[in-house]
Amino acid sequence: MFDVIVIGGGVIGGTLLRELTKYKLRVCMTEKENDVCMGQSKANSGIVHAGFDAPVGTLKARFNVEGNAMMSALCAELGVKYVNNGSLVVAFSEEEKNTLFALKERGEKNGVTGLEIIGREALKNLEPNISDNALCALNAPTGGIVCPYELTIASVGNAMDNGATLLTDFEVVKIEKTDGAYTVYSADGRKESAKTVVNCAGLGSGKIASLVGDTDITVCGRKGEYILLDRESGDFVSHTLFFTPTEKGKGILVSQTVDRNIILGPTADEVQDDVPYTTAEGLGDVLQKANGMCKNVPTYNTITSFAGIRAYSTRHDFVIEESKGNEGFFHCAGVESPGLTSAPAIAKYVVEELLSKRLTLVKNEAFNGKRTPDYFFKNMSVEEKNALIKKDPSYGKIVCRCEQITEGEIVRAIRENPPAKSVDAVKRRTRAGMGRCQGGFCQPSVASVIARELNIGLEEVTKSGKGSRLLVGRNK
Amino acid sequence: MKNSYNIVIIGGGPAGLAAAVSAFDAGERDILILEREEKTGGILNQCIHNGFGLTRFKESLAGPEYAGRFIEQVEARGIEVMTSTTVLSLTEDKKITAINQTEGVFTIRAKAVILAMGCRERSRGALNVAGTRPAGIYSAGTAQKYINIKGYMPGKNVVILGSGDIGLIMARRMTLEGAKVHAVCEIMPYSSGLKRNIVQCLDDFGIPLYLNHTITKIEGKDRVTGVVVSEVDANKRPIRGTEMHFDCDTVLFSVGLIPENELTKGALVPLSPRTKGAIVYQNRETLKDGIFACGNVLQVHDLVDFVSEESELAGRSAVEYLKKTDQTRDVVDVLNGKNIGYVLPQKIDKNLSGNIKLFFRVTNTFKNCTITAKCGDEVLLSRKKKIAVPGEMETLLLTEDKVKNLTGEVVVSLEVE
Repeated sequence: MFDVIVIGGGVIGGTLLRELTKYKLRVCMTEKENDVCMGQSKANSGIVHAGFDAPVGTLKARFNVEGNAMMSALCAELGVKYVNNGSLVVAFSEEEKNTLFALKERGEKNGVTGLEIIGREALKNLEPNISDNALCALNAPTGGIVCPYELTIASVGNAMDNGATLLTDFEVVKIEKTDGAYTVYSADGRKESAKTVVNCAGLGSGKIASLVGDTDITVCGRKGEYILLDRESGDFVSHTLFFTPTEKGKGILVSQTVDRNIILGPTADEVQDDVPYTTAEGLGDVLQKANGMCKNVPTYNTITSFAGIRAYSTRHDFVIEESKGNEGFFHCAGVESPGLTSAPAIAKYVVEELLSKRLTLVKNEAFNGKRTPDYFFKNMSVEEKNALIKKDPSYGKIVCRCEQITEGEIVRAIRENPPAKSVDAVKRRTRAGMGRCQGGFCQPSVASVIARELNIGLEEVTKSGKGSRLLVGRNK
Repeated sequence: MKNSYNIVIIGGGPAGLAAAVSAFDAGERDILILEREEKTGGILNQCIHNGFGLTRFKESLAGPEYAGRFIEQVEARGIEVMTSTTVLSLTEDKKITAINQTEGVFTIRAKAVILAMGCRERSRGALNVAGTRPAGIYSAGTAQKYINIKGYMPGKNVVILGSGDIGLIMARRMTLEGAKVHAVCEIMPYSSGLKRNIVQCLDDFGIPLYLNHTITKIEGKDRVTGVVVSEVDANKRPIRGTEMHFDCDTVLFSVGLIPENELTKGALVPLSPRTKGAIVYQNRETLKDGIFACGNVLQVHDLVDFVSEESELAGRSAVEYLKKTDQTRDVVDVLNGKNIGYVLPQKIDKNLSGNIKLFFRVTNTFKNCTITAKCGDEVLLSRKKKIAVPGEMETLLLTEDKVKNLTGEVVVSLEVE
């Protein structure tokens, strides 16, 4: 029996799981997919928001600002890429300029530092490719960018290294309460029990809540479509550029990513189902808006597009609380933007303020928060590379040509926590397949390494688990 | 392995192999080929269909056979080859950094470099094709690698976007291996593939070709379940109401080859926006001294026979370059005029001897046309053609005497009668 079961392997569940291992607790994460981070945590903008967007007094505002301050140190510990590149909210009219002043005021009330309104000249100096129609901007120097799936995977991996259990392909379909403990049942018949449970199930958090009778927590989906540009255009912008927000939301952004791609998006469409897909209209919308923000957007360098569905609660704030009817059952539901930024602060809060009331928290002196190795081979010095290749020659074989990823890194991704079992899982950990050829060159090699390491036939290798086999069988 | 060579060739496919043999036969002995795969032969190793070498050898060889002819010649001459070695970077002063499992990361200096890295395929992602991202979506070359090298079938029910040669070849290959190819869609009003491939890959197998059509959506959660195909208008926009749905589990994209010039860019070698390859003189030297380019990395060829020819020129030229003491140039630009997409070489150095074969592609299908090469008002060359298509590379021969008499830029253009 566990002390805590965390339902959902996204960034909220992942940072929480790791926070829990700082204490002497038996903890377990259940994830319905074949790998962690396959929901909204892998398909978002990757922004560490400054915190001026969220209404004053909300959990969003509180955890955004707290999380923002924690992000740099957390990423350094986990070896995850984080860049404090600064956010700029751009106004194109006098009316929008007024909104910027309101945002600045709100941000300051929320505790955000360094906010200032800058004029057209200063804006052009910071971002030479900004549209000539831009009037002014709100400069938020505490804004940053992070790789959301890197952060999620590293958090879960470090938690596992510190003793947490991960159960994948475990879709919770039933929850029973017996003798002060909860038993969660998976669709395939497995079950686990724990004293407490935390619902971090993203788009599914409403469904999980209803399994324990909390039908007042309604979670809906809002889909966002994105376009990603080649690293070759990585210098196009250096800050994260936002449109002035409307009631509809933040609108699309133009930003560098920590991997030096350029990301455009997202759109915002209400959706009912949970399978993300892009649309011609949505992608066209992204391109059109991006061209409104900047001059000469290098869209010829598009390498891919994708969609992510963000879960929001009808309360329009995070739902982070103990279940009213079920002591020991906690919800982290409807964690939409700024969920990624808030994750480390939410994790701390849930453990120290909520779970502490139901569990005895004794510090785990053996906790090691540092995730090693924390490198990409291509970023090592020549001496470091050669020392590594001498120890392990698989690092001397480039598999992904576009991103210069070695076989050693792919094998490591398959073996270290949380172990990668599919091509996409390897991709999220190593970036193999994320380059301009999108796996055209390396996928067969990646699949072969997976087959070899997992001792399965090549035809059993999947793109992303379950029914996503790459191949149908041998040829004649 | 030494730490410097007279000629280093990056890429051991058909271009690199031919360049090496030609450099050796021109008298150079200090040559090294760097190849990232375990074997040389390049993309030909997975092109098991025949039709290679019709021009050069007057035989119809399979890809590996054609490559084999050159591999044998390289071996017979004892030219040094390092396989399983990936070049990580090239500087403009010809310092090459590479990596393999035995040497680790190492550098080699070269007096001359021949770029022969070939090209990669354009992906679905680059086209922004809407829909989901399930398993079962491949570029045609990747599917070919799975079938011909790994020995596995990517799928059973296929729709192919792109009627270039690779798409056509894969339509036949998948069918021969027992898959059902439901359609080949082509966004242009014509196929860019060789005419013989349309016949031998589609017509002979009853596979429908939908010109002026494109895939507008891919469906399927874990694996492809279907695609939506639409007709397009003159601006290549989908026409509402023309949607067709195909059930399928596999989508192949054969939507363009892109010369793989990351190393070239790192060496600050200027590229042509039209060919996506380096700007070169007639001897295939780029605008950086002593760096040459040939094969698909320079311009995407239709026939490997011409890759070999071009690469032999580059090999000879590299040897000439090493011997040359006087590097002064007398440069004339070559431009693509009306209805011409690009012309190669983009520059002529009048101080180099020999005839010059101008390579070019037209921008559309033209019937009953005349292609001319002019210098100012003077017509240097003229050829009438019944039909000219973008999918077939054309050539015009500029003889040495005409080259020596050039007074200004050369413009190649096409007029319809």
